[in-house]
Amino acid sequence: MPANDTIIEMEGIRKVYDTGKIQVEALRGIDLNISQGEFVAIVGPSGSGKSTLMNLIGCLDTPTAGVYRLSGQLVAGMKKDELATIRNRRVGFIFQNFNLLPQITAYENVEMPLLFGGVPRRERRNRIEELMERVGLKDRMEHKPTELSGGQMQRVAVARALAMDPDILLADEPTGNLDTSSGGDIMELFHELWEQGGTMLVITHDAALARRAARQVEIQDGLITRNTVGTGAGPAASE
Amino acid sequence: MARPRFLVLQLFLRSSRVQKKRAILTIAAIAWGTLALLLLLAFGEGLGLSLGKAWAGMGTDIAVIWPGETTVPWKGLPAGRAIRPRIDDIRALKERVPGLVGVSGEIIRWGTNFTHGDTTVNGPVKGVSTVWGQLRNQIPVAGGRFLNPLDDAQRRRVVFLGTDLATELFGEEDPIGESILIDKVPYTVIGVLIDKIMFGNYSGMDADHAIIPIRTLHAQYGSDRLSVLVLKPENRSGMKQALSEVAQVLSAKYGFDPEDDRVLGTWDTVETGKIRDNFLLGIKLFLSIIGVLTLTVGGIGVANIMYAVVKERTREIGVKMALGARSHWVTGPIVLEGLTYTLLGGLTGLVVATILVFVLSLIPTGDSMALDALGKPTLSPAIAATAAGVLGIIGLLAGYFPARRAASVEPAETLRYE
Ligand SMILES: Nc1ncnc2c1ncn2[C@@H]1O[C@H](COP(=O)(O)OP(=O)(O)OP(=O)(O)O)[C@@H](O)[C@H]1O
Ligand SMILES: [Mg+2]
Repeated sequence: MPANDTIIEMEGIRKVYDTGKIQVEALRGIDLNISQGEFVAIVGPSGSGKSTLMNLIGCLDTPTAGVYRLSGQLVAGMKKDELATIRNRRVGFIFQNFNLLPQITAYENVEMPLLFGGVPRRERRNRIEELMERVGLKDRMEHKPTELSGGQMQRVAVARALAMDPDILLADEPTGNLDTSSGGDIMELFHELWEQGGTMLVITHDAALARRAARQVEIQDGLITRNTVGTGAGPAASE
Repeated sequence: MARPRFLVLQLFLRSSRVQKKRAILTIAAIAWGTLALLLLLAFGEGLGLSLGKAWAGMGTDIAVIWPGETTVPWKGLPAGRAIRPRIDDIRALKERVPGLVGVSGEIIRWGTNFTHGDTTVNGPVKGVSTVWGQLRNQIPVAGGRFLNPLDDAQRRRVVFLGTDLATELFGEEDPIGESILIDKVPYTVIGVLIDKIMFGNYSGMDADHAIIPIRTLHAQYGSDRLSVLVLKPENRSGMKQALSEVAQVLSAKYGFDPEDDRVLGTWDTVETGKIRDNFLLGIKLFLSIIGVLTLTVGGIGVANIMYAVVKERTREIGVKMALGARSHWVTGPIVLEGLTYTLLGGLTGLVVATILVFVLSLIPTGDSMALDALGKPTLSPAIAATAAGVLGIIGLLAGYFPARRAASVEPAETLRYE
């Protein structure tokens, strides 16, 4: 049995993409446990299966084989709408290209998961204001994504990911589209969130950024090749 | 946990908009289809109304009987005998055939001279029983009346004129209360028939004849053999029974085989009305099918635009799914959007159709019988409801299939970074 504070529990996870002729085995047997309050960096070469792993963790996709428990709950065999609820409540996604909806304001973007979660209007407003304050964009709530800088967009995306107070934040190359300084700001923000008790999983190519995480998991060719627990790294460890 | 109210509506309002131009084109296509459907239905309705009115002009659910000759021997009597019922037989029929609104005889004299002042017009005069006016829808214009039982009993010399005959004799003058000569015998005009469209007729149009009490005609001309019998059952389903009983009564008196259907030539308007109604239904059905097909083309346009929308918004849909949207929160707004375009187009079509039908109603038909018969396109609540129903179904379908495609979006696939 997993400890009470285990959020991610994976055993022998395999993922095969069947594209008709060719079968791509993106993950070939992943065992991974992540506990409450951990800050994990996932590193590895391009095409090694990092994004695939994140999609499985976030229940955007389902594994071909293996056992996956999210917060103790077995994910296999769930219906589409149940998976949608899990994505809404338990995980927060942050993407390399932000994936904000361009036609609505930052406020409405952050509101989206709250709408899906059935949060009443007034509570939504309070929550959004609190989140936008936290990411330092309280004065940009009525702006559309196109009126924001890349760094600001990603901070809106972080606010959106945090909206439903998920068990874990999943970020796929969150700084990949940002310049060094905004990228640094985002990592700073992650670090703060982690220090406040959040659980983070960040995929990155950037070794320097990865070193900020307390734990690094390296994936190569669909398998975990390194799983190191650092010495409690902090922002200072980056340079 | 409770969902916010109108979540689908909120999501619809927040989804990205399609290009204005494309939306307008789609709405225009639906408007055109709706217009076509509405106008065709309105045309069918107008045609039906005018046909119904025109046929009712002769009287509804009546039967007309022409006495003829026997074609088979009967109880020692040879074939080929002419059967001619008399005025008195009407009373017998009234007494012996139950379930009738009325039965009337009709004696027609062709080539009668009608004179008023210097004008003499030639035409038919008909002697009829009082109830004939009711059976044959002889509605008088204001100020006049039809024959009454006293006119008949007292053999009064009173006459009820057809519209055209009255105009020929009197011109613009009001004929009521005036005097005319019928074959040199003076009569008082007691009423004039209203101007009516009339499709069915036997022995001429009502507008051209003069009607006098049947006993008055007998007194003047001496003839008491009926040219025609007209009857109407209380219930249209009783027509067959009534006709057969009439045959029984007359057969007993005049000696002919009641099954010999050449003796009494019969025009049963209930029967012919059924055929006419079916024909009209066929026309209406044909018109609606064309209309619905035109509208369907518009619906395909909407479906097309919604497919394009789903394709363009694949990422948006993927993002919403990643944030926890259930599939009907993704499909709902798309169905709603398709429905919105359809209903907007439908509304536009309805407005234009209403205006057009109104404008058409202002154009006078003049004296054209053909235009009169076609009637005026008429929009009824039933037509509006039909169009709304068809639009609703088309709109839902036009949204449903694209929405299904949206629901099949694989979020992981769409969110891969390119
Ligand atoms: N939907 C898919 N269909 C087919 N093959 C896929 C699909 N998604 C990923 N793959 C394949 O699976 C393997 C792992 O892909 P994945 O995106 O997880 O790699 P990654 O580690 O995230 O790479 P990168 O660092 O470039 O983002 C690759 O070989 C990729 O081509
Ligand atoms: Mg990737």
